[in-house]
Amino acid sequence: MDAIRTNALTLGYGEEDIIEELDLVIPKGKITVFIGGNGSGKSTLLRSLARLLKPKEGSVVLDGADIARTPTKKIAQKLSILPQSPVAPEGLTVLELVKQGRYPYQSWLNQWSEKDEKAVQRAMEVTGVKDLSERKVDSLSGGQRQRAWIAMNLAQDTDIILLDEPTTYLDLTHQIDILDLLSDLNEEENRTIVMVLHDINLACRYADHIVAISNKTIYHQGDPDTIVTPELVANVFGLRCQIMNDPHSGTPMCIPFSRGRRKKDASHARKMDA
Amino acid sequence: MKRYVPFRIGNISFLMNYRSIAYVVGLVLLTIVLIILSLGIGQLNVSPIEVVRALFDSSTDMNNLVVQSFRMPRVLMALFAGAGLAVSGAILQGMIRNPLASPDIIGITGGAAFATVGFLAFFSDRSNTLTVSIQWLPLASFIGAIVTGFLVYFLAWKNGGIKPMRLVLIGIGVSAAVQAFTTMIMILGPIFTASRANIWITGSVNGANWSEVWTIIPWFFLLMAILFVYVRRLNVQELGEDLAANAGSLIQRDRFMLITLSTSLAGIAVAFAGGIGFVGLMAPHIARRLVGSSFGSLIPVSALVGGCIVITADLIARTAFAPLEVPVGVLTSAIGAPYFIYLLYKSRNQ
Repeated sequence: MDAIRTNALTLGYGEEDIIEELDLVIPKGKITVFIGGNGSGKSTLLRSLARLLKPKEGSVVLDGADIARTPTKKIAQKLSILPQSPVAPEGLTVLELVKQGRYPYQSWLNQWSEKDEKAVQRAMEVTGVKDLSERKVDSLSGGQRQRAWIAMNLAQDTDIILLDEPTTYLDLTHQIDILDLLSDLNEEENRTIVMVLHDINLACRYADHIVAISNKTIYHQGDPDTIVTPELVANVFGLRCQIMNDPHSGTPMCIPFSRGRRKKDASHARKMDA
Repeated sequence: MKRYVPFRIGNISFLMNYRSIAYVVGLVLLTIVLIILSLGIGQLNVSPIEVVRALFDSSTDMNNLVVQSFRMPRVLMALFAGAGLAVSGAILQGMIRNPLASPDIIGITGGAAFATVGFLAFFSDRSNTLTVSIQWLPLASFIGAIVTGFLVYFLAWKNGGIKPMRLVLIGIGVSAAVQAFTTMIMILGPIFTASRANIWITGSVNGANWSEVWTIIPWFFLLMAILFVYVRRLNVQELGEDLAANAGSLIQRDRFMLITLSTSLAGIAVAFAGGIGFVGLMAPHIARRLVGSSFGSLIPVSALVGGCIVITADLIARTAFAPLEVPVGVLTSAIGAPYFIYLLYKSRNQ
């Protein structure tokens, strides 16, 4: 089963193409992570899946229909996206923000139905921001703020949630916290999650399906345990590294070869390097 | 007491914010007090009790005449012009997502000024008397505001849509160009036109009459009623283009409508009261401090704050330097310009 697919999708700004003739399938009910170097087009691809960017050629298909020909409100009831580091308007409270997720279900006379209220309350409960509902978004800490935004996406009540680098600017604790939350949403509510992540190690831990993007197309895709190899990292990121099993999760872990400080007894690494 | 309380009747439902309602009630009371004070103070001082009596009295003594015929239309004009400018600014600031946006900065006021000066110069004969009725002046300014608003809008159009920041930059450019033309007409035209135009450009509610007040009021409420329907769309616009698209809003269509509303509200205000500066910038900003950014609360509070600012500024402008009378725009700009610099200073790190 596929949640979203693309047919010969070409994306770009102006003359230059960023993604060329891409056929991609996003599996339903799974966590898919896009990885790739800076400027590889992974964010651009994610945005196009959510109709924030019009394709130059080709199409994005959601539930069997081309999204370019589906009413935008209908799409908003099936798919939601959280852009990279969104900024809330000054003085907006958490509740007022999360409430915006209900937009595709409202009309001008019906702006706060019981269903809206339930969805918003539930979204705030799941993300743990219920106690903050009357606080101003701009007064929250980075981690709380990101939870509030995710609550807005949840209130939108869509099967598919796309997130563009949801962990940017968060410290490690809060990165894990947000990714655990998304993992729970995937497992407990069977939501399809598609996100762009910078950290390949975290990507390997949380993804069911990794899509490595390089050179305007997919370099490789599949289960991280099988596809993440030193060769992939070298080709996608241009980085030499060693892949080990993460001692905690058993998923692939990338050990980059770098200069930096090196302990004397780490000689085995040097051998492999040579 | 709970801050948010749902309101539901059948298929009609809203989330009410009691704190905002309290602010609106408080500001309405403040506005009434300011109106009564304004009606009483001047060359002829009338006590507040006498003012209230004069309002409901139809006899023709001196107090009634001053309060009902001279001061009341002026105060109401100040109230509605201030409210119109403030709401216009609130819409722009939300849509452009920048607290520095306002109808004066993106050229709406400048366009109206140009039309006014053009009207005075074009329809004057050699002896400086107007060849058409002065009653047409507000219409000319309104058209000037609307035409400039849309000129900016279409110049900012690129790749199937407008980007808010581009709109601001084009607005500043058009504003400067229009100002140059305005100055040129004023220099080339007779000195009488220039001084008259100058008062208009600065903004003044001096000489407002009841027929003008009865023209602005229905327009104001009509535009506010349409805006009320659009509040929901304005709320998602304020989250930025990506999130508005995510929520399923038709961004460009909504932007067009919101710009039309904003331009019209500023247009009716400048048509009768001239380019009263900085109200469209300050009032929404103060309102945001009081009730936050949700437009259901922000719009009525901005309107009231804007009205209060102009009423107070006009009261000071006509009494502080008596017998000399200063145009109200001088006062709002005197407060507004430092406020603008303060805003710039505060946002320098963002």
